[in-house]
Amino acid sequence: MSAADGSMDPCGPTPSRELTQNPLKKIWMPCKNGLPEKHISQRRVCMTNCPTLIVTVGLPARGKTYISKKLTRYLNWIGVPTKEFNVGQYRRECVKIYKSFEFFRPDNEEGLKIRKECASAALNDVRQYLTEEGGQVAVFDATNTTRERRETINRFAEQNGFKVFFVESVCEDPDVIAENIVQVKLGSPDYTHCNTEQAVEDFMKRIKCYENSYQPLDEVLDRDLSFIKIIDVGRRYLVNRVQDHIQSRIVYYLMNIHITPRSIYLCRHGESDLNVKGRIGGDSGLTFRGKEFAHYLGQFIHAQGISDLKVWTSQMKRTIQTAEALGVPYEQWKALNEIDAGVCEELMYEEIQQRYPLEFALRDQDKYRYRYPKGESYEDLVQRLEPVIMELERQENVLVICHQAVMRCLLAYFLDKSAEELPYLKCPLHTVLKLTPVAYGCKVESIYLNVDAVNTHRERPENVNVHRSAADALQTVPAHL
Amino acid sequence: SGQTLADIKHTVFLTKEQASRPQFTNSPTMIVMVGLPARGKTYISRKLTRYLNWIGVQTQGECILYIFIYLYRDYSKEPKDCVSAVFDATNTTRERRGVIISFAKEKGYKVFFIESICDDPEIIEANIMEVKLSSPDYEDCDKEEALDDFVKRIECYKTNYVSLDEEKDRHLSYIKIFNVGSRYLVNRVQDHIQSRIVYYLMNIHVTPRSIYLSRHGESELNLLGRIGGDSGLSTQGKKYASALAEFIRNQAIKDLKVWTSHMKRTIQTAEALGVAYEQWKALNEIDAGMCEEMTYEKIQENYPEEFAMRDQDKYRYRYPKGESYEDLVHRLEPVIMELERQENVLVICHQAVMRCLLAYFLDKSADELPYLKCPLHTVLKLTPVAYGCKVESFYLNIKAVNTHRERPANVDVTRGPEEALRTVPDHF
Repeated sequence: MSAADGSMDPCGPTPSRELTQNPLKKIWMPCKNGLPEKHISQRRVCMTNCPTLIVTVGLPARGKTYISKKLTRYLNWIGVPTKEFNVGQYRRECVKIYKSFEFFRPDNEEGLKIRKECASAALNDVRQYLTEEGGQVAVFDATNTTRERRETINRFAEQNGFKVFFVESVCEDPDVIAENIVQVKLGSPDYTHCNTEQAVEDFMKRIKCYENSYQPLDEVLDRDLSFIKIIDVGRRYLVNRVQDHIQSRIVYYLMNIHITPRSIYLCRHGESDLNVKGRIGGDSGLTFRGKEFAHYLGQFIHAQGISDLKVWTSQMKRTIQTAEALGVPYEQWKALNEIDAGVCEELMYEEIQQRYPLEFALRDQDKYRYRYPKGESYEDLVQRLEPVIMELERQENVLVICHQAVMRCLLAYFLDKSAEELPYLKCPLHTVLKLTPVAYGCKVESIYLNVDAVNTHRERPENVNVHRSAADALQTVPAHL
Repeated sequence: SGQTLADIKHTVFLTKEQASRPQFTNSPTMIVMVGLPARGKTYISRKLTRYLNWIGVQTQGECILYIFIYLYRDYSKEPKDCVSAVFDATNTTRERRGVIISFAKEKGYKVFFIESICDDPEIIEANIMEVKLSSPDYEDCDKEEALDDFVKRIECYKTNYVSLDEEKDRHLSYIKIFNVGSRYLVNRVQDHIQSRIVYYLMNIHVTPRSIYLSRHGESELNLLGRIGGDSGLSTQGKKYASALAEFIRNQAIKDLKVWTSHMKRTIQTAEALGVAYEQWKALNEIDAGMCEEMTYEKIQENYPEEFAMRDQDKYRYRYPKGESYEDLVHRLEPVIMELERQENVLVICHQAVMRCLLAYFLDKSADELPYLKCPLHTVLKLTPVAYGCKVESFYLNIKAVNTHRERPANVDVTRGPEEALRTVPDHF
């Protein structure tokens, strides 16, 4: 037995425990009397023992909410339960109707009182999320422009055993600020009753209210805090005292994102021989229709008139064949290969049901976490795709020619889909999805290139019980040869 | 100022592949190390080169070369892949940097500066003791005197030292490292490789620690001479697990983290230690695809061409529907990054995986990597020291089969089975 401090018992080791393999995830775990024992942690992305509180810092219209939402989306996608708490939202609940910038004047006592209460309410919810609801990271999105306010938050975190990491955005470029206001402020509930000019004027005055009391994070005065200061939308960064793995990942992510307008095109390879036969996986070539799609894809891309388009494929024949038809250079990524179906590679669903009915049922029970025997799970795929996402963030215009499961994972990242929704996202053949970041999210345009293809989307059947009949299991299998 | 780089003697460190072919393809990156003596410039550049070599930067068509801005005349220790003479700059003025930038522009190189700033006298002293005093300059000196002399030398250069300036150098791409990593200032990261370099530099540390590498105990499939699979430990393997537990206990390591793969044999081994361990899928053995669970004899019988091609280029060869060592390295990169962040760690893994990790720590080339000796039942203790890594090997005296197959003399696809199987180790 190990002592609490991790050192080993001087009397000797306990005899090795029996191991059993979890049937869903194929993870080996110790067991007693055939039942799994207290589960030792398997590799999780987050290595913190205690939860982390990320605190934004900065004047209004500096991208704090943009960063908060994006970071939250990224952390959730890689498997770290994260939630953002926007104090502005709390304020809007409290003060139903926004009148003007006067609310934010530093000498408005009533305003100050309400704002303070809202911050407290938000912190309360943070505490609940991190201690009772299984959250690992909370993003506290507010201006937090004074040292005093930050001290309060530090104390709160200390009392609750949370680590704190500050993310400050400093920007004086008037063009960036103006664009910011246009993209997200004008559409805010605060300004529904105003015209553009009035809204902008009011907002600029709002910013002024904060400016005089703004105490940016300081290299010297705040040297004991952990923080990243983002200057001019990423031109420069100051990083201080990164404490652990998750903070290191957060810093890396924040240093790779940008706000330059661009579009990401996602599509699958053209219809393949195995697709038509209703078989999964494998490394087959394109059918005649698949080649037609590739040709039209080339035309479509050309018509889009995109400057400097990067084209990425997997290392499987069908995506490469598709890219070849475009007549432009492309880069092959092994990480974009389709999910490995292990022993089920190249089988039809009917065959899987016949040979591995239990596996088939388990997969329907938890499609995200289910790992094919000697293969992968969607959860594994996400981990494999993380460097792809990171590079997509760094890049500008990119066309990714990939596969069904892979495309679902990438799409889930951009559209903030949960682990439950992800494996059932619709990614049909011969359809290009054009993703364009806008405001706090992503605009999606779906373009079907008018070349027929088989449907490869299998919905979750009603009956996922391991004792179900073959008919029940195969009810949702799409038609094939 | 009219000076060209030729006027300034410089040292250029090339990554191993470039040393043999000086032409560079795609915009190579020139890394310029800046800082007073004993600030870790050599340490950082060696470590960074090792990392970039390992992840295969040169094979991606990008390459790195380093220029050091030295502050003293006699740099007598030149590494083997060095191309030119010593860079002699008695001061690091902006002017000097200007010359380098012009040179880079001319050649079409991107420039990235790495500046190491340290004002903690203890760190500086430790640096000096560890790496400077072993130089020929101080061969016949008393340690205390030598330290004193060196510190005085640094003082001389401090007056002329000009650090990268936030305002004046705002157009340059650089990272400033303060006091061994408590703070970083990053400016204008231009591309992917610079972003990776920054991430790497922000994850390394100099806290003393040891990394223990070991394979799982002997497995059932090992005994049968079969590769891959997911079998459990043999009797000897279980004995090893217990012996490992005792070994670890006796090492009395503070806060040891234990990592395994997702495969039964490493987990069984870890279970015997009686401490918490973490499972990493990334540590799984190389996927032999169609050859999983085959003996070498079987592979020769069914896929003689594949077998020969593997012997021709074991690093890049990918098993059909499986992986290559090159793929493995890619897969292991996050493991290496986390190993850099951590302190004392025991990694219980597999033969090919251990070879890849070892190659990273010991700076082995892609050609050497797949033939590194990682026998069963042997723990390797790696302890960073000066610019490298001390290795101690502990065979825990529990017999096991040999699973190391040397490269045979004949790797031609037309070779006979006997020649192909000559180096296969014994098994049941």
